[in-house]
Amino acid sequence: MTNASEVLVRQSELEPGRAIKMGTFAPRRLNHLRALESESIHILREAAAEFARPVMLYSIGKDSSVMLRLAQKAFFPGRIPFPLLHVDTSYKFPEMIEFRDSYPRQIGAELIVHKNQEALDAGANPYSLGTQKCCGLLKTKSLLDALAEGAFDAAFGGARRDEEKSRAKERIYSFRDSLGQWNPKNQRPELWNIFNSRLDRGESIRVFPLSNWTELDVWLYIHAEQIPIVPLYFARERDVVFRNGSIVVIDSPAQLLPGEKTQRLKCRMRSLGCVPCTGAIRSDADTVPQIIAEMVSFRRSERENRAIDHDEEGSMELKKREGYF
Amino acid sequence: MISSAQNTAYEGFSAFLERNMNTDLLRFTTAGSVDDGKSTLIGRLLHDSKAVYEDQLASVKKSRINRSTGPVDFSLLTDGLRAEREQGITIDVAYRYFATPRRKFIIADAPGHEQYTRNMATGASTADLAVILIDGTKGLLPQTRRHAFIASLLGISNVLAAVNKMDLAEYREDAFHKLQDDFLALAAQLGIASVQCVPISALEGDNVVDRSRRMPWYHGPTLLEHLETVPLPERDSLQSFRFPVQTVIRPDATFRGFAGRIASGAIHPGDPLVALPSGRRTRVRSIVTYDGELPQASSSMSVTLQLDEEIDLSRGDMLVSPGRLPKVSRKFHASVVWLHGTPLELGRTYLVKHTARQTKIRALRIRHRVNVNTLAEEPATRLEMNEIGSVDFETHVPLFFDPYSSNRTMGSFILIDSATNATVGAGMIQESVAAVQLAEEPENEFAASGGPAIPVAPGERYARHGHFPGVVLLEGRSALAERLERFLFDVGLEVLHLSRSEFFGDAFVETVRVARAAGVIVLYSGGALSRETKDRIALEFDNRFLDVAGAPELPFDEEQAVRHVQAFARSLRFVDEQSRIQQKVN
Ligand SMILES: Nc1nc2c(ncn2[C@@H]2O[C@H](COP(=O)(O)OP(=O)(O)O)[C@@H](O)[C@H]2O)c(=O)[nH]1
Ligand SMILES: [Mg+2]
Repeated sequence: MTNASEVLVRQSELEPGRAIKMGTFAPRRLNHLRALESESIHILREAAAEFARPVMLYSIGKDSSVMLRLAQKAFFPGRIPFPLLHVDTSYKFPEMIEFRDSYPRQIGAELIVHKNQEALDAGANPYSLGTQKCCGLLKTKSLLDALAEGAFDAAFGGARRDEEKSRAKERIYSFRDSLGQWNPKNQRPELWNIFNSRLDRGESIRVFPLSNWTELDVWLYIHAEQIPIVPLYFARERDVVFRNGSIVVIDSPAQLLPGEKTQRLKCRMRSLGCVPCTGAIRSDADTVPQIIAEMVSFRRSERENRAIDHDEEGSMELKKREGYF
Repeated sequence: MISSAQNTAYEGFSAFLERNMNTDLLRFTTAGSVDDGKSTLIGRLLHDSKAVYEDQLASVKKSRINRSTGPVDFSLLTDGLRAEREQGITIDVAYRYFATPRRKFIIADAPGHEQYTRNMATGASTADLAVILIDGTKGLLPQTRRHAFIASLLGISNVLAAVNKMDLAEYREDAFHKLQDDFLALAAQLGIASVQCVPISALEGDNVVDRSRRMPWYHGPTLLEHLETVPLPERDSLQSFRFPVQTVIRPDATFRGFAGRIASGAIHPGDPLVALPSGRRTRVRSIVTYDGELPQASSSMSVTLQLDEEIDLSRGDMLVSPGRLPKVSRKFHASVVWLHGTPLELGRTYLVKHTARQTKIRALRIRHRVNVNTLAEEPATRLEMNEIGSVDFETHVPLFFDPYSSNRTMGSFILIDSATNATVGAGMIQESVAAVQLAEEPENEFAASGGPAIPVAPGERYARHGHFPGVVLLEGRSALAERLERFLFDVGLEVLHLSRSEFFGDAFVETVRVARAAGVIVLYSGGALSRETKDRIALEFDNRFLDVAGAPELPFDEEQAVRHVQAFARSLRFVDEQSRIQQKVN
């Protein structure tokens, strides 16, 4: 298994001199990546300046990695003026945890890890609870508890509007009531890049600096900026089983259901979540440019491999109402 | 995501990558009345440009809902939230993304119901272009007028009128031309600079992405071709520099930088700047970014500026080029879109957020309300939700602004209800309001509205006077100084004649320092001053200093001297900063 400090080396080795510089400024207009970058930095700075206690939700995935780089840029040469928060379900891939425990520290960011220990002690797990209930306890509740515990009034999230239909109408500043819930009818109109950060006690705002980025933009930016990412994104031979039409990576025999047998398959993750609920895809792409090449020929959306979105039509919207991202 | 998977094979992957990293971005909004076919059009654009994933399409295909006559209801690709899928309408602005090898696009899909004017304003606020749908079987409706008006109000200079449902109009040329003529007339009336009309069928796909064979009489671009090629407004690096300070970056005692996003213009290390509200002058020492220091930065870039002199700036202050200063005023006149169910009330205190400034504000008077269907101006005493009005405002501390028509960032603001925290209004500043026009305003009860007192900054005084302080030395010529004092006072300047000869050296410097703090223009006619004293005064006044007696090149002829002093006084006015700098340069 690769450890996270090797990841840094690994990326640059795989792409010696391959990074394409985006040109710091175009003669006439900013190119689209620079335009997105500048808008995101503006959002990060606005929120950091206006909220009393912001926190960045750090999911370890590629979007979080981009968001983290943008935060480094926004406050350079200063440190990132808020902590990162990882909601650990304890069902994450070991590579994710390794990466989480080394990379943020390397760049001088403060990291808070939160688990819903109570639920875990009571035996909560995706196998016996099903994805909906498991996410509710280990993710949504855990997140809301962590936000309340830290008295955070703003939480940056890496969600993008192109991910899923119910997110297409999400604001950049998404208002949550004192129970942490999202009400699609009660969102504030958002004009220009002027954001309303006013809150009453107990209320909070989720801030989405990557709202206008697409999955392709994220990969192009990772490439241009040589941003380190978890090795799970790169194709490698892995032990897998086929379960309900998804390719599930198996890290230990304990994850096998009765009757299942692993097989070796060259595959990678398109988005990162919990081991049992994140499907892999067959792939040979083991560099960022190859991932991009593969992506532009994909015709399936990235969240398709997530069990949670498919429980029911419109399920994402229901989850959001409850406080899930 | 991108329609060019097949391209990668023959153009080489790194060329593909390079191009994708350098495409530019077009943001457009869509407007149309209910059932004109907006959602269908966008679904079609996403589908035909291959931005729709198979699984998303599959879920639309198997959906129980299909309001279209075709096999696939493309509108389901865009109508996201449960409530609207059930009602079959679009109730809120949805953002959609697609790319072609030529450009990246962000669509703000704004619904067209009367009660949703605010949504269209929201979608239009960040858009470079508006696509306005017109039902080809119906002709121009009052709604079309409204959509075009809102687009122009929000500063969109590029409009594409998509004449839809041409299939139902038998693809007839005359049907299209009639609508085109009507629309062009409307656009001209509204002053929309660039207009393209395209006959389409969103349902059948004619002239959306692919050219229609059923309308051979049409020779213009398809809808997508136009979006891909329409020239975008160039970055306004020739405009005056505007930099609202978002936050101060101060990692340690050695570094202090001001972070923000350039609202207009360009900047280089060494360029002179004026800080607002203090009026202090400084220079750019360096443009700092994570990617290294830059030799230049321009409009819409997020950067951090280090300045030459240690001046005190905080969030909400602004750095601007000394050429043409923004208006600095507590009173201005703006177009307002009311966004909330509780109407705009005259005299009530709201919060305003403009650039990085937030302060209290109240509406003094509504000049008129615009009837969005007829564009007629009507008298009004309040604004209801989705109404648009022209309103005079007064803020608690001055805002630094330019008219919205010349700069969106510098001219836009939102209004917040401080009791509910709701965003209730969106404003576009037209101009500052001259003191005269506000003469009949009611007693100012603003002071009683509470909150901690905010110290009066020098810039606020200057703003009220309309000019910077300055010094004119007329040593020994008290008769002339007296005449000038009267003259300048009468034209509205804050001016003070000091004649006593006992003012000299430090005592005089102290006196003019007080005058500067009060924002006053000093005319000095006492005894001769030493070179050293003059230098100190010049420094004190940031070189806003005219030495009539001491400059050998200046005439002693009284009439010429008067003209020089008048020109100098004019150059102290905020609007005339430009000519002052030029005088200095010349
Ligand atoms: N015949 C025909 N019908 C269309 C066309 N475009 C949209 N429609 C239909 O008009 C109705 C309203 O379309 P929709 O996209 O929901 O309109 P919206 O309210 O503007 O979003 C639906 O039944 C569409 O199938 C077109 O070009 N031709
Ligand atoms: Mg619709």
